[in-house]
Amino acid sequence: MIKIDNLTKIFETPNGPVTAANNIQMEVPEGEICVLLGPSGCGKTTTLKMINRIVPPTSGKVFINGEDTSGLDTVSLRRNIGYVIQQIGLFPNMTIEENITIVPKLLGWETSRYQKRALELMDMVALDPSVFLKRYPRELSGGQQQRIGVARALAADPPVMLMDEPFGAIDPINREVIQDEFLKMQKVLKKTIMFVSHDIDEAVKMSNRIAIFRDGELVQYDTPDDILAHPKDDFVKNFVGDDRALKRLRLVNVEQVMEAPIHVSQADSLSDAFARMEACGYYHSITLVNKTKQPIGFVTKEATQTRQGQCGEHYIGLKSIASIDDDLRKVASKMFTHDITWMPCVDKEGRMVGQITQRGITHYLGATYRRDGFKAKSDDTSEFATAIKA
Amino acid sequence: MKQLAMKQLSTKQLPLKRYSYFFGILIAFWLGSVFEANAVFEALWEYQEDVVYLIGQHVEMVLISGVIAIMLAIPIGIILSRPRFAKVAETAMQLLNIGTTIPTLAILALAMSFLGIGTLPAIFGLCIASLLPIVRNTYIGLNEVPAHLKEAAAGIGMTASQMLIKVEIPNALFVIFAGIRTALAINVGTAPLAFLIGGGGLGELIFTGIDLDEPFMMLAGAIPVAMLAVLVDVLIAAIAFLLVPRGVNPLRR
Repeated sequence: MIKIDNLTKIFETPNGPVTAANNIQMEVPEGEICVLLGPSGCGKTTTLKMINRIVPPTSGKVFINGEDTSGLDTVSLRRNIGYVIQQIGLFPNMTIEENITIVPKLLGWETSRYQKRALELMDMVALDPSVFLKRYPRELSGGQQQRIGVARALAADPPVMLMDEPFGAIDPINREVIQDEFLKMQKVLKKTIMFVSHDIDEAVKMSNRIAIFRDGELVQYDTPDDILAHPKDDFVKNFVGDDRALKRLRLVNVEQVMEAPIHVSQADSLSDAFARMEACGYYHSITLVNKTKQPIGFVTKEATQTRQGQCGEHYIGLKSIASIDDDLRKVASKMFTHDITWMPCVDKEGRMVGQITQRGITHYLGATYRRDGFKAKSDDTSEFATAIKA
Repeated sequence: MKQLAMKQLSTKQLPLKRYSYFFGILIAFWLGSVFEANAVFEALWEYQEDVVYLIGQHVEMVLISGVIAIMLAIPIGIILSRPRFAKVAETAMQLLNIGTTIPTLAILALAMSFLGIGTLPAIFGLCIASLLPIVRNTYIGLNEVPAHLKEAAAGIGMTASQMLIKVEIPNALFVIFAGIRTALAINVGTAPLAFLIGGGGLGELIFTGIDLDEPFMMLAGAIPVAMLAVLVDVLIAAIAFLLVPRGVNPLRR
């Protein structure tokens, strides 16, 4: 857990004092990633660097796992915080092995222990130790170097990590890959991470919480979904973009939105299919599954009304299928590509477990706004009630 | 950028090198035959005893002044590069730059004027002359270590001295060695002047040869000085090649 209490930084410049961070107050729960987001010069990096005192704070306190860090000396404080910077900062005079074992060595680990740790770390960042350990940083690509940068920060297994635009210098394709790898790692490691970014998409993808900064002030601190659905003011609204509702698609998995499966098998009659669609109300077609419950096609309501026989004889092939792990962005993209409004959802074995509809998606995304409307209304009524009492 | 330039240079140099060996051997052979015909070797051989003794003196002077200069200059460079001396450092470097413009002969003359005649003022003068390039290169080398490396080093919890030893010096070492190389080249080349203030060395043969109009005497002094200069240069280059870590050594890519 990282808790920041009234942290302030005032830089003395020839043009008078400049407040880079003003009374920042926030808390990152154990095991979560918090992204500090904002335009350049908003104080996000200053705030991050005050935690490990690369920038000494003017006033305020930082607590790590409940412990006030102002009592710790700078060196031991930093050795217990993983630190990753945008420029990566691998030491070019050292091999990869020397680079990733530097913190364990500073902490006085035995040789056999840190050598073993080096192998574990290389495994963690998916680089072959026999190939890379003896190489020098300049012999690696940018993406590989940043993986080593992350490995170095993780070397002594610190509970807390600070990352300053760690993936900013990597090309977009590799950035996606490294982000995914990092998230996979984080699922296992569960570090408490503070992460500076200026990219809203990266923030939405990586974070459990987003803190939006402006001119040294913390403007809004919320979950990504709340930031996107309920931006606090015009600044946040502009910063997250006009397509903020679309960005929320990425935050939701198919599993959360899909509806209970309705399907027919090849041997069922068309009238059965019609009855099932009627029972559910609004469907205009129904998925046809084979014996192992894999979707192979669909039958339209029109066909069930105008024709007779078995479903197996009157179905149309499926254009697309969603997997339950897909996010809604992918699903929406498939829907737009194939001009469809629904598709069956399958689990890892390819068995149909539900279906996802455009209506379902819009309903799910809209729920948070309806809740607000309801809340506002109930607030009104309670005010009304108190007014009557008075 | 630097790497690229180096690589281009080396590919260009390669065919040139091959020819230069060939021409070098040819010239050496021709020179040898001319010298042999004019009995130059016999004439030079007459000074063999003097040469051996004076080389000893010369090397001693170079070695003592060189080692003292390195031992002094590197710590001075390190101190000047520390953040707390940042304000003083720029002024100091300006002074040093002015210092380098003073001719070495003038330095020797100045040294003589307050230390008298003999080996001591000679060593002192040589020391001052070779101090400057090393201080300058140490300071610049350390200052040019990228800020993000220092931030990374600080961020993982290195103390200031650990950062200096593990990160800053290894990354500046190549530049520092370049300074040492320049300094010792100056040192070896200036050492013959030491004779003028009574410091001995191979200058004795050179200057006496000039004064007595004895070209062979002069050559007996000049040739070893030239060879010594080349030898010292090669030696320092070899040490630098071995000592500068492979990751930051542009010669070991």
